[in-house]
Amino acid sequence: MSYLYYPGCSLKSTGIGYEESILQVFKTLHTPLEELDDWNCCGATAYMAVDELKAYALASRNLALAEKQCPDDPVVDVVAPCAACFLVLYKTQQYLAKKNGKDLQIKQALKDVGLPYKGKVRIRHPLDVLLNDIGLEKIKNHVKQPLKGLRVASYYGCQMLRPYATFDNPDNPQSMDQLIEAMGGEVIDWPLKTRCCGASLTGTVEEVGLRLSYILLKEAENRGADVIATACPLCQFNLECYQDRMSQLYHDKVNMPVVYFSQLMGMAFGSTQKDLGLQRLFVPLEPALAAK
Amino acid sequence: MSAWLGERTIKYEAELDKKFGREMLEKHALESIHNCIQCGTCSGTCPVSPYMDYTPRRIIAMTRAGFKQEVLNSFTMWLCASCYSCTVDCPKEIKITELMYWLKQQAIKEKTYPRRFLTPALAKSFYSIVKKFGRNNEGLLIFMMYMRTNPFKMIKQSKLGLKLLSKGRLGLGIEQIKRKEELKPLLELVEKVD
Repeated sequence: MSYLYYPGCSLKSTGIGYEESILQVFKTLHTPLEELDDWNCCGATAYMAVDELKAYALASRNLALAEKQCPDDPVVDVVAPCAACFLVLYKTQQYLAKKNGKDLQIKQALKDVGLPYKGKVRIRHPLDVLLNDIGLEKIKNHVKQPLKGLRVASYYGCQMLRPYATFDNPDNPQSMDQLIEAMGGEVIDWPLKTRCCGASLTGTVEEVGLRLSYILLKEAENRGADVIATACPLCQFNLECYQDRMSQLYHDKVNMPVVYFSQLMGMAFGSTQKDLGLQRLFVPLEPALAAK
Repeated sequence: MSAWLGERTIKYEAELDKKFGREMLEKHALESIHNCIQCGTCSGTCPVSPYMDYTPRRIIAMTRAGFKQEVLNSFTMWLCASCYSCTVDCPKEIKITELMYWLKQQAIKEKTYPRRFLTPALAKSFYSIVKKFGRNNEGLLIFMMYMRTNPFKMIKQSKLGLKLLSKGRLGLGIEQIKRKEELKPLLELVEKVD
């Protein structure tokens, strides 16, 4: 079984470390991800998400492209690591599967440009694929350098499990925790796993956005975390890249490494720092590791 | 003003815009807001409700009662980060996040948002980039957003931009899709529906 990979805009720029590490991890597990050819933007924004048809028209081309790329597969799995892309693509897939007449407008438009859509696509999050398709046993076999004693706060953010919890518990998700424990890391107990990081508010209503991220960072610190693991490019960006600003704003030194869960996995698999994009971090992970 | 003076503001039944609540319900499948029991779970679970002028619970009550001006001039929906906590926790299964999206769109349409406010500028810039290239470019998006609102604010952000650039986390080239002609009829669908 093969997987198509939908990067979206963030994994090609600010979240490039997520792309590098996720591709590396899947390669190590002999389950390579193949990029969706000529993918377009998922359309995740307030302006378009208002109207269902509007929101799904843009995203639908990606589903049709996926089918075109794998014509012989009965089911085509598209892996979307970005939580926002994941939600929009998932909603689109559901919308087109309903067959209540509303889907026809989009399907006709797709057909007109030579992209008929039959409905074979499934949208998956990499955490789901790793845990439920590949499995913890197989993953454990690849661990070469366990993350001994590294205390990790696993942070899931919002849109991966809300409003649709497709593969994990939305109140107290466990998938990332299980992976980190399989890597030999220690998962800290903290209640803010799915509390909002502020999303685009850090750019638009800065006072509020930064406060939300600051709350998460401080709680992780208070509970003794060495590092926060994320599974969304916007969460990672908000939590990591504004730490200087927060230190100024709240007169409180904030210094907490924030990585992608896939970067931690890659480290345990023995991949190089560069293969995992770790050199791109603003707050380096080495001091936390060296202290162990 | 009158609130500062301690006067009571009373809105008479005739001054309400009853159509506002109803029109939306029919058109956008948000009829469920009539089921709201005003329990306040949404406001309690919302991570940004402390910063709102009206909590989500109040916005629902005001929307269905027809307080159009008050609702569309409020700051509430602009603070919604679409985290869906309220939607998941609502005992009456009201799609509150979708309601906030709808209110954002209405406020953009009626131009009731604060001047130089960033969120509508972000949405508009995003759409024009995607329309042109088929893909978003984060650097260009931020640049366009500030050009539309407050170019001087960009200077404050330039330090972060340079740092991202030095870490290879901000592409200077613009990614484009190859077959833009496939996107055209879909974008027309987006523009057609209002």
